[in-house]
Amino acid sequence: MTESDLVRHALEILPAGTPAPDFALNATPDQVLRLSELRGRPVILVFYPADWSPVCGDQVALYNEILPEFREYGAAILGISVDGVWCHAAFTRDRKLHFPLLSDFEPKGAVARLYGAYREGEGISERALFVLDADGIIRWSFLSPIGVNPGADGILNALESLDGRSAPVKAESFRADAAEMRP
Amino acid sequence: MSDGQLTPPVSTRDHAAGSGDAPVTLVEYGDYECPYCGMAHLIVKEAQRELGSELRFVFRNFPLAEAHPHARAAAQSAEAAATQGRFWEMHDMLFEHQDALEAEDLLAYAKSLGLDMQKFARDLADATITKRVRDDFGSGVRSAVNGTPTFFMNGVRHDGSWANKAAFINSLREAARQAAETSA
Repeated sequence: MTESDLVRHALEILPAGTPAPDFALNATPDQVLRLSELRGRPVILVFYPADWSPVCGDQVALYNEILPEFREYGAAILGISVDGVWCHAAFTRDRKLHFPLLSDFEPKGAVARLYGAYREGEGISERALFVLDADGIIRWSFLSPIGVNPGADGILNALESLDGRSAPVKAESFRADAAEMRP
Repeated sequence: MSDGQLTPPVSTRDHAAGSGDAPVTLVEYGDYECPYCGMAHLIVKEAQRELGSELRFVFRNFPLAEAHPHARAAAQSAEAAATQGRFWEMHDMLFEHQDALEAEDLLAYAKSLGLDMQKFARDLADATITKRVRDDFGSGVRSAVNGTPTFFMNGVRHDGSWANKAAFINSLREAARQAAETSA
């Protein structure tokens, strides 16, 4: 991808402040997950190009390791690619993943398109991240060059900066409150 | 995000081979059961030979324990060996025997290094050691580590290849040169 391509794509993915478009996708061959069912907690959407990337520290493996940290924020994480449900099932089993991979398979890439994260011509989704707040509003989005695993620090920073409702209560905020209440 | 800055910076807490005065510090986040880290281990050794006193090497644990069921225990055994001053010997041993990292293997390596076995067995499960490995992992996440191995040269994530030995060593020399220029 050239730099101008990158800029073009970056302009296209849904930005912070946008209500996240609802969708329903298969999480397993016989289970459908609807985004709006997760209202009330932060949600991390991870669009990625394809299952079975050939490195062991790949993006989904990394997030799988960091699940406990995401859970501290009460956040749900969903992986989304155009791979079929049986492919996701095999990949999940092989990599011992503990979060759902959704199949954006038919019509192909429809959800990725809704979020501006579809690569026309190649027929795969971008490597794009979205962090939604408890009301389903996108609070942070990030498009990574397709070959670069974006890591997890951006997601954690975004979760941290969500408002206090779902973030872990920090000791400092208690102290600040106490200070304000003094006459 | 992913400004790729090492957080926290290298300190006395770290396991470091080489002098703190070396113009280039290479930090690796690695996993003893990861085959790519096993390959990178040889490249790092080569770089240490080539750069000599110009290079300080630091290793931090990033066990992908869901993918690699032995990785965490292996990391803890290197840390347990460190409490007896033998971190690097155990580190090498683990990378040279990546296919044998069961509990009895780890004990056998400790024994062959002449460690105090009672202390080693105690330290393996000690909360300080398990926390240390967890803290390393957490610092990796914060530093935008995105897989294993991930390298930092003078605090900046190295996104170029490490598998090409010549290119990797050139990048290290370049980092050393830049550091020398800034300090001059």
